[in-house]
Amino acid sequence: MEPIYLDHAATTPIHPEVIKAMIPALEDVYGNPSSVHHFGRRARQFLDEARRIAAKSIGAQEKEIIFTSGGTEADNLALIGTAIANQHRGNHIITTTIEHHAILDAAKYLEKRGFRITYLPVNESGQVELSALEAALSEETILVSIMTVNNETGVIQPIKEIGAILNNHLAYFHTDAVQAYGLLPLSVNDLGVDLLSVSSHKINGPKGIGFLYVKDGVTIESIQHGGQQERKKRPGTENVVGIKGFAKAIELVMIEMQDRNKRYGNYKQLFLNTLDEQTVNYQINGVHTIASIANLSFPGTNVESLLTNFDLSGIAASSGSACTAGSVEPSHVLAEMYGSANETTINSIRFSFGAANNEQQIKMAAEKVAAIVARLTKDNDIR
Amino acid sequence: MIYLDNSATTKPYNEVMESFEKVSKAFYGNPSSIHQLGIEAERLLLKAKEQMAQLLGISEQEIIFTSGGTEGNNTAIKGIALKHQARGNHIITSSIEHPSVLEACKSLEKLGFTVTYLPVNQYGLVSVDALKAAINEKTILISIMHVNNELGTIQPIKEIGEIAKQFPKLYFHVDNVQGFGKIPLNLQNSGIDLCTFSGHKIHGVKGTGMLYIKKGTAIFPLFHGGEQEFNYRSGTENLAGIVAFVKASRIILAEYNENDGKLNNLNKRLRALLDSHSSIVINSPSSYHAPHIINFSIPGLKPEVVIHALGQKGIYISTKSACSSKTPDESAVLTACGLAKDVSESALRVSLSYHNTRDDIEIFYQTLCEVLDQLIKVMR
Ligand SMILES: Cc1ncc(COP(=O)(O)O)c(C=O)c1O
Ligand SMILES: Cc1ncc(COP(=O)(O)O)c(C=O)c1O
Repeated sequence: MEPIYLDHAATTPIHPEVIKAMIPALEDVYGNPSSVHHFGRRARQFLDEARRIAAKSIGAQEKEIIFTSGGTEADNLALIGTAIANQHRGNHIITTTIEHHAILDAAKYLEKRGFRITYLPVNESGQVELSALEAALSEETILVSIMTVNNETGVIQPIKEIGAILNNHLAYFHTDAVQAYGLLPLSVNDLGVDLLSVSSHKINGPKGIGFLYVKDGVTIESIQHGGQQERKKRPGTENVVGIKGFAKAIELVMIEMQDRNKRYGNYKQLFLNTLDEQTVNYQINGVHTIASIANLSFPGTNVESLLTNFDLSGIAASSGSACTAGSVEPSHVLAEMYGSANETTINSIRFSFGAANNEQQIKMAAEKVAAIVARLTKDNDIR
Repeated sequence: MIYLDNSATTKPYNEVMESFEKVSKAFYGNPSSIHQLGIEAERLLLKAKEQMAQLLGISEQEIIFTSGGTEGNNTAIKGIALKHQARGNHIITSSIEHPSVLEACKSLEKLGFTVTYLPVNQYGLVSVDALKAAINEKTILISIMHVNNELGTIQPIKEIGEIAKQFPKLYFHVDNVQGFGKIPLNLQNSGIDLCTFSGHKIHGVKGTGMLYIKKGTAIFPLFHGGEQEFNYRSGTENLAGIVAFVKASRIILAEYNENDGKLNNLNKRLRALLDSHSSIVINSPSSYHAPHIINFSIPGLKPEVVIHALGQKGIYISTKSACSSKTPDESAVLTACGLAKDVSESALRVSLSYHNTRDDIEIFYQTLCEVLDQLIKVMR
């Protein structure tokens, strides 16, 4: 039997329309967009069109979109690129403890290069507190990077409020919108952000492509050097096929945003309702979460045996944290919310819903989860 | 339609497109996920590495997949420089490298590294003696390309590798983006520590490539994050692109073996034709040269004009590589070779694939003659 895929926050199945859209870029429009002849010009048209679509999706201008090889590269470019280009203005950067590793590890690298980084904590709800941000801001602060939606818990951060605070400050504002894009309406002007990262494979597009929005006027230094592609901010022959597929995925997600939100939200509700019916003992981690993600703690269990049992019974979910050589590390995000000694950090699972699902699957998955949790906690009782 | 711009980019092989599509559809799991779908994706990734390792005679641990040649070159050069700066701050490269090498080096100069840009002779060749003389106790990296993208000149990589071996403290990087599948390059025991490949130059898909990092060579990563690719290249893997890249590699190496001499013959014929035309100067050398690239100039004519005129007749060639020079027409590579201004500002490049035919060459030359007749008439 096909596994039931509840790991859409890790990656999503590619939309059939997206594959269809990529085929011409493989077969006919294979030119190099930098070439001046017919083939090059057609490839360039694909790029221009994709840039228009990407820009429109966040209310930006075309020249503010830089295509990258994915969310990780976009995050690295945003953080390192802005920091290096603006170090004459100050050496302080603010981010949070619950960012994706693409941000956290880039920040660590910047620490080595002499930047001072403040990692804002989150409260038990998983949210950054505005007062903490305000307290951390100083004249030396050149950049604030706070994710729109956390990839483990799905908690939505108060981006607009943060944008408003930073409105009166010289620091640039970057948000990693990889998990939010396509489900939350994101208008860069509304939110007051200067930089914003997006990854294609989280919205049913191809892997290996993403974009970074860089507001006109924001100075940023590229981390790769070479040709003049992407206004010199990101050299390298453009991934025309990926970009074309990404553009299609964006078009689809923009049309279907409300629908998807409703559908995934219903899946989440159905999943939780079914667990309730089966009287499973669980707790939801995080308050004010996105429709597609439910991070649940099952007291008396542990992540590894849960995931192994889920996998054996055909449910693909995850702990939400990176896994080293098959073993699962305690979640750094939950540790920040509850303290590292809290058992929630080792008994929580991220279920993330999406295009691969239907209601029947969700119900079936919840029933299986209920049975597994019951079995695992019963073992405990006996012992 | 005759496409003679294969050094700019190539049309993906049919099998490559099929693989790309199939993997996109059927293996959508994230290789880092530990459930079944993730494991299947990871298994495919490992299989791709195994195949690639076998093709190149290297080990799987020596492969990291990248988003292309530019990223490969940047990762290699900055990766070595930043990791080993305690040992020394001197880098040696040549003046005719691809911009992704030259600009990466320039960015390091800003961080306090010193870079020697070796000159080349009129054929674009680096002098092995000059290179040896440039090495000092602070040298940590030599970066020299295998095949030049504008001229097709083949650098003496083997000899340079032997020199590199004598200096165990320095690393040797080779940009093999233009040579792969055309001119064999042995990696084992070669003295080469890092080697860059790009997918879209070998009928793979754009946005894919590979960096060979010899076992025991540590580099500093360009992207930080999820620790994919032995922590040298974070970011969710472009699995469909990777599989397509490996497939393209396999096919182009097979084509190399099956088409022994074909490109040489096409090259000879084209050279003979171009040579017979009084307005044309051939810039590519006739020895130390890869057969798929032929660079020539028509002094006095703007290259774009020729390209557009040919394009209208369905023939596609190019000027110098896009974006490698300050003045719009001038080729930085040809200037570095010491060629006269009227030559370096009027250069055109024909680049072949194994799929071009003798007819393509004949038609191209005929059409070029027609175009030149017209253009030269207009000019007078
Ligand atoms: C919040 C967040 N940021 C960044 C990334 C990295 O994106 P990519 O996988 O495209 O490199 C991810 C996904 O892994 C993510 O969830
Ligand atoms: C010699 C050489 N190195 C590097 C590159 C860059 O490769 P990519 O286009 O995959 O970034 C190219 C092609 O443009 C090239 O010809």
